[in-house]
Amino acid sequence: MAKTTSWEIVMGLEVHVELATKTKIFCSCTTEFGGAPNTHCCPVCTGMPGVLPSLNRQVVNYATRAGLALNCEITRYNKFDRKNYFYPDLPKAYQISQLYLPICRNGGVEIEAEGGGKKIIGIHEIHMEEDAGKLVHDPWTDSTMVDYNRCGVPLIEIVSEPDFRSANEVIRYLEKLKAILQFIGVSDCKMQEGSLRADINLSVRPVGSDKFGTRTEMKNMNSFKAIARAINGESKRQIEVLEEGGTVKQETRRWDDNKDASFAMRSKEDAQDYKYFPEPDLIPIEISEEVIEETRKNLPELPEAKRQRYVGELGLSEYDAAQITTSKYLVALFEENLAAGYPAKELANWIMGEVMRMLSDSGKEPEEMAFDYGYLGALIGMVQRSEITRNTAKKVFKAVFEEGCDPVKYVEEHNLKTVTDTGAVKAAIEEVVAANQKSVDEYKSGKEKALQYLIGQSMRALRGKADPQTVTAILRELLG
Amino acid sequence: MNLADMTALELGAAIKKGEISAVEAAKFSLGQIDKYNSRFSCFVTVQDDVLQRAEEVQQKITSGEYTSPLAGVPMGIKDNMCQKGIQTSCGSRMLGNFKPTYSATAVEEIMKAGAVPLGKLNMDEFAMGSTSETSYFGATKNPWNVNCVPGGSSGGSAAAVAAGECFYALGSDTGGSIRQPASFCGVTGIKPTYGSVSRFGLVAYASSLDQIGPLARNAADCAAVLGEIMKQDKKDNTSVATKGVALDAVLHTDVKGMKIGIPTDFFGEGLDKEVAASIEAAAKQLESMGATVEKFDMPIVKYAIPAYYIIASAEASSNLSRYDGIKYGYRADDFEDLLDLYTKSRSEGFGMEVKRRIMLGCFVLSSGYYDAYYRKALQAKALIKGAFDKAFEKYDLILGPVAPTTALKIGENLSDPLKMYLGDIYTVMINLAGLPAASVPCGFDGKGMPVGMHLIGNYFDETKILGAAHAYQQVTDWHKRTPTELENR
Repeated sequence: MAKTTSWEIVMGLEVHVELATKTKIFCSCTTEFGGAPNTHCCPVCTGMPGVLPSLNRQVVNYATRAGLALNCEITRYNKFDRKNYFYPDLPKAYQISQLYLPICRNGGVEIEAEGGGKKIIGIHEIHMEEDAGKLVHDPWTDSTMVDYNRCGVPLIEIVSEPDFRSANEVIRYLEKLKAILQFIGVSDCKMQEGSLRADINLSVRPVGSDKFGTRTEMKNMNSFKAIARAINGESKRQIEVLEEGGTVKQETRRWDDNKDASFAMRSKEDAQDYKYFPEPDLIPIEISEEVIEETRKNLPELPEAKRQRYVGELGLSEYDAAQITTSKYLVALFEENLAAGYPAKELANWIMGEVMRMLSDSGKEPEEMAFDYGYLGALIGMVQRSEITRNTAKKVFKAVFEEGCDPVKYVEEHNLKTVTDTGAVKAAIEEVVAANQKSVDEYKSGKEKALQYLIGQSMRALRGKADPQTVTAILRELLG
Repeated sequence: MNLADMTALELGAAIKKGEISAVEAAKFSLGQIDKYNSRFSCFVTVQDDVLQRAEEVQQKITSGEYTSPLAGVPMGIKDNMCQKGIQTSCGSRMLGNFKPTYSATAVEEIMKAGAVPLGKLNMDEFAMGSTSETSYFGATKNPWNVNCVPGGSSGGSAAAVAAGECFYALGSDTGGSIRQPASFCGVTGIKPTYGSVSRFGLVAYASSLDQIGPLARNAADCAAVLGEIMKQDKKDNTSVATKGVALDAVLHTDVKGMKIGIPTDFFGEGLDKEVAASIEAAAKQLESMGATVEKFDMPIVKYAIPAYYIIASAEASSNLSRYDGIKYGYRADDFEDLLDLYTKSRSEGFGMEVKRRIMLGCFVLSSGYYDAYYRKALQAKALIKGAFDKAFEKYDLILGPVAPTTALKIGENLSDPLKMYLGDIYTVMINLAGLPAASVPCGFDGKGMPVGMHLIGNYFDETKILGAAHAYQQVTDWHKRTPTELENR
């Protein structure tokens, strides 16, 4: 194949999302993350002989809600099936899942397309299933142990159509998915805790071809950035193979983010035969039209609707509105303070500025913001009342963000209030003028820059607690 | 008072009246076990706290806490029902060291009624088999002839009741495992409607077919036991609310006016002539008591065995996958890696018949064969259910043989699994349809081995089945005869 061929990447996603139910899907064990190994389990979720699953109906409700928010058709008559395979983290040696009658089908999510405009990513199906445990290798004893705490935590698997053409589209879709699922309260979607995991089916084909190439499935990406790197890495690998005249093998590959490369796990030939059959221990679940309508009615305002409202009614920029509505937590920060009477634009500026900066600097996700959301409003209020300067407010916000400090107390304790006594301000500035005769002369000879220096010196003398405009005005007056 | 001749209800009444204590009854049963267990091998485990439990039960009877007519009566539990702290082996090396931390719901319910469990009863490994020979703990023998099998898989349960080692037993029935051994051992046993007794804690063989039920000396005892355990359980998603069993109604049933159908297809090739004659005689007896008996055709019978063995094996292959040597149960001593650990533990832990059904189940579920086998079997199951639905539009009960023969010689079928499977012809279709059915003693063959008649009822008609059986037992004494291998009873 000629090296000049340009290639198109084609991808579909399988996203596993842990549902935020309090208890597991088939027993009453807690779903709480963490906990000492094997403390969140019981005979049912560890598959002891003779035990039976009893379905947590909240799982069906959450899956229905997710399906409706993702524009799916809801299956009225649902069944569970068994997916059989041996692995030590799967104590029954089968996973209860849905093959024949998944709860949701034919949905879609709208994303910004590559190069502008909108694009719908189709959702093929969503099914309910149970999570497995995890294996922990102990280097001291060179043995592998099993922790069943995650075993039986409810999952939905969201299977997209092969509609993605770039890493950016994938990331936008995942961000959108995450935001929607968080908004409707069915999952916290914390990638670092594994409550949102994406497997990527990727193939490449010459631009213009309407046939799909042979695909690989990639697993083990634990951040959006890792996903983007994995897509770039794997598509490059496949293109190289093809350009060298080789063929891509259908296989499952594991992404190693440290090595920036993917490694073959198993090929199609040794793919498991899961021997699916209907789960005989669970009776079919019927979801009535009334329940579906009720669920639809009770869906909260979804991010897309919020975005439009922020632009249309609150006058935010398209960009700001889009960014804030990527996260339930940023929206909460925004709306809570909006409701307390703080101006929308000012809030948006703070969120897009300081909040985003602090998140980025600390490498945190919005859900990890640990401070009382009302503190942002309190801070803005102090600025509005000229109790502190904007610069002081930024410094205070750092303490709020990092330590959860109450900004009002913090300002008091650190004596950061703006000096409002003009006499004191004037006295301080007079001292600066007296001590910097050279700069005064330069200013008088027309060098505007010298004034900036004097303002800086004055602000320093006042420890930043004066209003810079007042300082400037007094300086100009003193210098004539 | 001769305890050996008493039924569970008679003993329960005597305990209630204070004529005998629960402790004395328990001592009697332990004595019987001492006397006979080495000969018949009914019990795999005898509990060491029997007398303690009997004493506690006696106190609660005296204080009025236990009011069940069965309170204080010694009984046995098939070894595939979990009982907290007691080895639950399922007749397998695989679970030879397994002690559950929980009890089956049926066990809990019978304990609430003041049962005094003596121990766990032998069975075919994982309930797979019709002879109780596939147990890792050795074959159970038939109290009517120690050279014969007691039937299976609840062979230990049936033989223990026949030998008077316990007054009743809990068994389980996936394809005839209560009814066929009841027939072979001359006791009464009933498999209730699927879903009416919780399966929680019953180690699964084939989940869509398994059902717990009682084996006892007569129909009235079965009704009393079933009355205690037939309760909806939120721990079993497939369990349903039922009216239960009305013991009083059972005791006062008149078969007069009942319409009883006999499928002609049940009397085809393979049915022993003596068995057929006993069933015909039982039909005449019921007719003489005022029932109308009528023959009808049910050609669907021929699909029952293949459909059953496909569905049961498929579910079994999945249900038994959890025995992998990782968490509990048998683990091979030496292994190279994970696959080797699985392979060796399962190769060494399971017996032949279990492996055969796992392989059959894996085959019928494998990609490309699912539609040809499993889906077809489900269709056959639906047809069988439909045929019974139609029959019950016309009849109150259906009558037939439980098994084509009386108890076979030990070893006779072990080497010929297909022949053994064919022996399940009359029972498996009842599990496929999910219907209730009992085996009721109705005669003996020329060699002196018991014959059972199959009384099949519509869904939740346990009271009607056991009522008719009770009425029959009022005028017959097949169920009262003493097994020939017993010294004195």
